[in-house]
Amino acid sequence: MTFANSPQANQVSPSLQPKGWLRYLSFSLDHKVIGLQYLVCGFLFYLIGGALASAIRIELSSPISDFLARDVYNQVLTLHGTIMIFLWIVPVVNGAFGNYLIPFYVGARDMAFPRLNAVAFWLIPPAGLMLISSYFITGAAESGWTAYPPLSITTPAAGQIIWILSVLLLGGSSIFGGINFIATILKLRRPGLKLMQLPMYCWAMLGTSILVVLSTPVLAGTLILLSFDIVAHTGFFNPTLGGNVIVYQHLFWFYSHPAVYIMVLPAFGLVSEILPVHCRKPLFGYATMVYSIMAIVVLGLMVWAHHMFTSGTPPWMRLFFTIATSFIAVPTGIKFFNWVATLWGGRISLNSAVLFSCGFIVNFVLGGITGVALAQVPFDVHVHDTYFVVAHFHYIVYGGSVFVIFSSIYHWYPKFTGKMLNEHLGRFHFVLTFIGFNLCFAPQHWLGLNGMPRRVAEYDPQFAFVNQLSSVGALIMAISTLPFLWNVIQSAFNGDVAGDNPWQGLTPEWLTSSPPPVENWQGEAPLVTEPYGYGITNEELAVEPSINDDIQIPQDK
Amino acid sequence: MTILLCIALVLGGTWVGQHVNLLPISASSNAPVYDELFRVLLSIGTILFVGMLGLVIYSLIKFRRRPGQTGDGLAIEGNLPLEIFWTAVPAIVILFVGLYSYDIYDRMGGMQPLQHGEHGHQKMSTNQRIWGGIGSGTVSQAESKSNNPLPVEVTAMQFAFLFHYPKGNIISGELHVPTGQQVSMKMESKDVIHAFWVPEFRLKQDIIPGQPTVLNFTPTKPGRYPIVCAELCGPYHGGMRSAVVVEEPAEYESWYSKNSKEIISEA
Amino acid sequence: MTTITPLDETNKVQVSKDQEHEDHRLFGLVAFLVADGMTFAGFFAAYLTFKSVNPLLPDAVYELELPLPTLNTVLLLVSSATFHRASKALKISDSKECQRWLMITAGLGLAFLISQMFEYFTLPFGLTDNLYASTFYALTGFHGLHVTLGAFMILIVWWQARSPGGRITSENQFPLEAAELYWHFVDGIWVILFIILYLL
Repeated sequence: MTFANSPQANQVSPSLQPKGWLRYLSFSLDHKVIGLQYLVCGFLFYLIGGALASAIRIELSSPISDFLARDVYNQVLTLHGTIMIFLWIVPVVNGAFGNYLIPFYVGARDMAFPRLNAVAFWLIPPAGLMLISSYFITGAAESGWTAYPPLSITTPAAGQIIWILSVLLLGGSSIFGGINFIATILKLRRPGLKLMQLPMYCWAMLGTSILVVLSTPVLAGTLILLSFDIVAHTGFFNPTLGGNVIVYQHLFWFYSHPAVYIMVLPAFGLVSEILPVHCRKPLFGYATMVYSIMAIVVLGLMVWAHHMFTSGTPPWMRLFFTIATSFIAVPTGIKFFNWVATLWGGRISLNSAVLFSCGFIVNFVLGGITGVALAQVPFDVHVHDTYFVVAHFHYIVYGGSVFVIFSSIYHWYPKFTGKMLNEHLGRFHFVLTFIGFNLCFAPQHWLGLNGMPRRVAEYDPQFAFVNQLSSVGALIMAISTLPFLWNVIQSAFNGDVAGDNPWQGLTPEWLTSSPPPVENWQGEAPLVTEPYGYGITNEELAVEPSINDDIQIPQDK
Repeated sequence: MTILLCIALVLGGTWVGQHVNLLPISASSNAPVYDELFRVLLSIGTILFVGMLGLVIYSLIKFRRRPGQTGDGLAIEGNLPLEIFWTAVPAIVILFVGLYSYDIYDRMGGMQPLQHGEHGHQKMSTNQRIWGGIGSGTVSQAESKSNNPLPVEVTAMQFAFLFHYPKGNIISGELHVPTGQQVSMKMESKDVIHAFWVPEFRLKQDIIPGQPTVLNFTPTKPGRYPIVCAELCGPYHGGMRSAVVVEEPAEYESWYSKNSKEIISEA
Repeated sequence: MTTITPLDETNKVQVSKDQEHEDHRLFGLVAFLVADGMTFAGFFAAYLTFKSVNPLLPDAVYELELPLPTLNTVLLLVSSATFHRASKALKISDSKECQRWLMITAGLGLAFLISQMFEYFTLPFGLTDNLYASTFYALTGFHGLHVTLGAFMILIVWWQARSPGGRITSENQFPLEAAELYWHFVDGIWVILFIILYLL
């Protein structure tokens, strides 16, 4: 049994600290190890996806197709989208932070199904490597991350099939993860801990996992049908054989719209954890935050066809999806107002984590506004499939999720490693990222409105200047990764010792040593009924005094 | 003070909506309607974005932890009236935007039953469904001007558009249309999904293999505008462009008769 | 160092005989079956859309014969009942009885598969003939795959119940319960499939 052999199972060791770097390359069952595996693995894929993005921006800095061959350009943009979504954002906001934090938050020693958890992680590297190696061996898929048939049926089959296989593997990993999170949150809660006392990230992950479990299988089924079309020459989505290409789009977006929430809901949860700690204030409006997450989950499942307003959908469908989509803005808006209210009247430490979180709020508000605009059929008909959409979703997934990932790394790095990150480098990283990001994507709104479609390698020369501006922004974004990389690597060795609770946080992960022991706590798991009880005198704190005594023990630094 | 700021914000946002022009020129009868919606959305968006940005920056400056400060912020856990307020206000704004865009949609002809080839010039098999979108119905304004839409058959393939005028049996690589005349296009794709997009018309419709789509529009402003394929269709997707030439009716007639004759003489 | 008494000993699923863990695994299985059901839902939605939007030409329409699929439905429904008998037998620690019912269930599953194969070979259309044919084979094939998996699961469970020191006893019923739940799920999907594909 792997469990008995893995080093961290060595519970009789007097020190509960896990030992050795090799465990990060092993089939470890420890949720913290798996979480960091997800994080580092995701970040490596992020670097690859970022390199692909750079290639796209270099190509687009001139109006003619000169840097990449045309089919290679399509492969690059397909890989960029697929890697960033399936190998970076989804695994990191769900897998990495979810695995690391959820067991702490529910007061458990591990996830509900540790072995399934490890399997879910270890599906990712082979799937990712397979996807990337397809570029070198057969040529990668060329039909965009949406893989719309009939284009995906007519482009070279080998690359497309490998793409389908790896997305299926990643989808499977995502489903396993989702099942695990649902079971952990609902079933493994420490006795005495009520659902409405859970930190917000648990709710976000519960909502996300419901979306994962309900929508990902539909994508899997669709891609299986698509692969039949490619391999066995069936005609599901092949119009020359009587198939219907629109059905693919419906099924695809039934997953891929919720996928947006799979990427941003956990980010919402993480921000809800980070802001109260650094603002020294309770999270504003806990109950409404919970309800709005659930409202987003429900609404998120019935808005998919707003991606298909120009696909000849019938008028009633457009109307329904316009209204449903617009109304997602209401629960989302509630969350943003609540965060601003959390900032209001706080004692905010302006550190990197807060800056990235606030950058997220600003970027996401802009992305949300363009999102509501895009939900309006008449508006969408003009800008659908243009750079306006590109700008919009980068504001959501980069300005939203990726900013939150960075914020979370700054926030939890002391817990992960026991060392502090360098604040100056962190702020420098933020400034570069924020400026680069906005310079890269804000001008793209204008490009889309004025006639530049997305996924093109060549364009009208009148757009050259704005595209170059955007490319400069991308360059700044690329450079901004360097201070971050230097920071995380050198801080791991030379950073200041963090101590168990450098931010004076109240959520359970801070009530143990940094890095935490194998089974999370020396003694019993603390019962944290008020994870955001800041600004309240010590007697009123929800952490039970006896537990407090317990957790003093490991503080031997 | 707060009220003044809010008024300034709303006025500023409205001003931005009215005076900042981010769109290309409008050259079809539904483009001004679109621009109206765009201005309203831009105003609301500006107000919201600047407001939120201001709130975040103000909070970060006003409530930042100053050197030497310790201790926590105010222990405010929530405020029900406030929550109701910021649930209700966005809901009302959304409702307004939704109703307004429905109105715009209706004015663009989106809610009308699909109509194409009402003059029987098409030989459509009866069981073939026609798909459409905005502008697929008869645009009412145009109807008064001309009850006789100009039929055009569009064929899209990798990587070109072909325009066929059934009346004169003209096949052209560019779309020539007269101003003030409603054009009714039936679009079919030979291979993969393409999309017909004229930014100056604010109109886009996918061209879907196996499912003919229709697009009706009325050009208003003479000029030469790009036709762009907006759906990834293969390696040369970026190069799949054409042009629509909007001409005064007289000019169009001369183009039409010239080309029409040629075709007939060849035949 | 005091002995650690973890509150939730879930990472030792194999080691522990704690009743609580069984619950979690069944819960996980239910969540997985929900996901699996969504795959079928996607297929059904695709089939129904194809049917309403892309009607076949009249000469290509083929009325499916009903007797064989009806027999299949009966086979699966009966197998659900026999599986239920098996788990009831296990609850009263009657291992012999349990094994017998398991074998009958597996036999019924096998009979279903054979009958399904027979139908495949007698049908006048092939996988790539038209949209209907493709969807028909995709749906029934995907379901058949589930039945095959289920039959294997039953055989494994039977094997485990058979060996005296095996994992399945009246104390540890999880493998049997899981297989039973899965089998009922597959049967339920078949009923929906039968209604949508053959009757509608």
